Amino acid sequence: MSLTQVRPSPPAPPRHSASAGKAKLWWHRFDTRTVPYFLIAPFFVLFGIFGLFPLIYNAVVSLRHWRLDDPDKTGWAGTENFARLFSDEDFWNALFNTFGIFILSTVPQLLLALIIANLLNHKLRANTFWRVAVLLPYVTPVAASTLLFAMFFQTDSGMANWFLSLVGFGEETPLNWRAEKWSSWIAIATMVNWKWIGYNALLYLSAMQAIPRDVYEAAAVDGAGPQRQLWQITVPMIQPVVIFTVVLSTIGGLQLFNEPMLFDENPALASGGSDHQWQTIAQLIYRVGWRDGNLGYAAAMSWALFLIILVVAGINALLTRRLGGGR
Amino acid sequence: MSVLTSRAPQDTRGSWKTYFSLGAVLLLSAFPLYWMFVIATSTDEALGKYPPVLIPGDQFMVNLREVFTLQNVYFAASLINSVIVAAVVTASTLFFCSLAGFAFAKLRFKGRNPLMFVVILTLTVPNQLGVVALYILMGKLQWNGTLLAVIAPGLVSAFGVFYMRQFIDHAVPGELVEASRIDGASTMRIYWSIVLPAIRPALAVLGLLTFVATWNEFQWPLITLGGTEYPTSMVALSDLASGNFVIFRRVLAGAFVATVPLLLLLLIGGRQIVRGIMEGAVK
Repeated sequence: MSLTQVRPSPPAPPRHSASAGKAKLWWHRFDTRTVPYFLIAPFFVLFGIFGLFPLIYNAVVSLRHWRLDDPDKTGWAGTENFARLFSDEDFWNALFNTFGIFILSTVPQLLLALIIANLLNHKLRANTFWRVAVLLPYVTPVAASTLLFAMFFQTDSGMANWFLSLVGFGEETPLNWRAEKWSSWIAIATMVNWKWIGYNALLYLSAMQAIPRDVYEAAAVDGAGPQRQLWQITVPMIQPVVIFTVVLSTIGGLQLFNEPMLFDENPALASGGSDHQWQTIAQLIYRVGWRDGNLGYAAAMSWALFLIILVVAGINALLTRRLGGGR
Repeated sequence: MSVLTSRAPQDTRGSWKTYFSLGAVLLLSAFPLYWMFVIATSTDEALGKYPPVLIPGDQFMVNLREVFTLQNVYFAASLINSVIVAAVVTASTLFFCSLAGFAFAKLRFKGRNPLMFVVILTLTVPNQLGVVALYILMGKLQWNGTLLAVIAPGLVSAFGVFYMRQFIDHAVPGELVEASRIDGASTMRIYWSIVLPAIRPALAVLGLLTFVATWNEFQWPLITLGGTEYPTSMVALSDLASGNFVIFRRVLAGAFVATVPLLLLLLIGGRQIVRGIMEGAVK
């Protein structure tokens, strides 16, 4: 595409200086017209091979038999892998878990982020210190923090149950957080919330600081207190960023993998609890693909998840806009 | 709460309530990290106690030695591997993304706008969903189980190109580029002597964000490096925690060691990381 821009130079003229001039001209043209493509090529080539190609090739794999444990079993499977999805109880269970954890982790996450952003949006002493402080969870490796929370939610000596006992709950029979769907979901959602609230707070803070000051001055005439100021002026004004974070956490939340994986007492199994109470789709994909060795089916599941994410992210963006517009 | 506020919140001084609430936020952010250290320094007996221990013990070196000498976990090697992967990915992201960002911001070429649009589109592609095919691709290249498999997909990032383009657009005056051209400077010459010096702050921001994200990556490294002798530290941590009987003081001693480098980065480059995240929103 790019090389066609450079015309082949005509046969070299006899005089040396002219040929040098031609070469210089050629070089200049090459430098201004073709070199830009060389600068952007590494991105497109590398992203194409390792980012885009796998996503597309996934479609091919999902239509084939592809087994790690039985390499001879190959060939087209047609829609077999997809048909299997519909009757796969594990898939529907994982879908249910994924959505449950997603809601428990997204709603508090974004609400608390708004409140913290509003706190940070003041004239503060040690301004940078507070901003860096809310990022502690963000830089903590999710594997490390999840393993810590796995201990926090232990039945016998866990700190969560100790806190509960302080308020007089479960002193006799400590809660087994891993036993039920609701409790394991809360535990996992807690980890996700802890990690991402500060990050989202900074996104909101950045948008809040870009709100023109006269917007507030105009509203002060109507006598808006700090609370009304937050919900009736600040939040509607940063709506684009709210939508952005909603879409971002939809994409991330529906692919949740690390927390449910390491919450397992034996992560290597990827089972998401004794009865798959908290197994998410991303976790199920890993289990189907690399524990059961059925890559074709895992690819089909990835595609299903991809479509689900597209639909949910779209709905959420619309919903957020509608809610904001209704104010 | 009926106080009239004539000023924008950002012009209002924080009250004691603001500081008190922020103090609570700080406590909730930092406490898990402190408690990680407590567990990493305790004995099994101390950890079996109820209510839970809240004061660090003196067993850190003992626990650490166990982590480093455990067979089939390769913890020491995993730290080195993580450093290699994160360093190579960061260096490559900075180089390639600043090159592309420079081209998109300051050079004129056919198809510039459509191509930039493609970059922005790819920002939203959740490439985690391609892991099955990525695994097959790496299998064909015979890279599975080697660090190459983890490094290659991270070499460039759409966000990096986008971020660099935005920054270079502001930080490098177009006249300066034109003037150097007239003086006979080549495109690469302009990149080295004008663009690179001007974008140092952006390089710091993108570099820190990339390093942190790469260090913390878990899913793909687990798939391609799990069960090999070349885990990254996150994979080694999950190996530490796997098995029928988990020894928490050991697991969290490992977790603490794998967290410290990032805490140091936050300490040194916190300002830049904050800035990077906040600029990501403005776009």
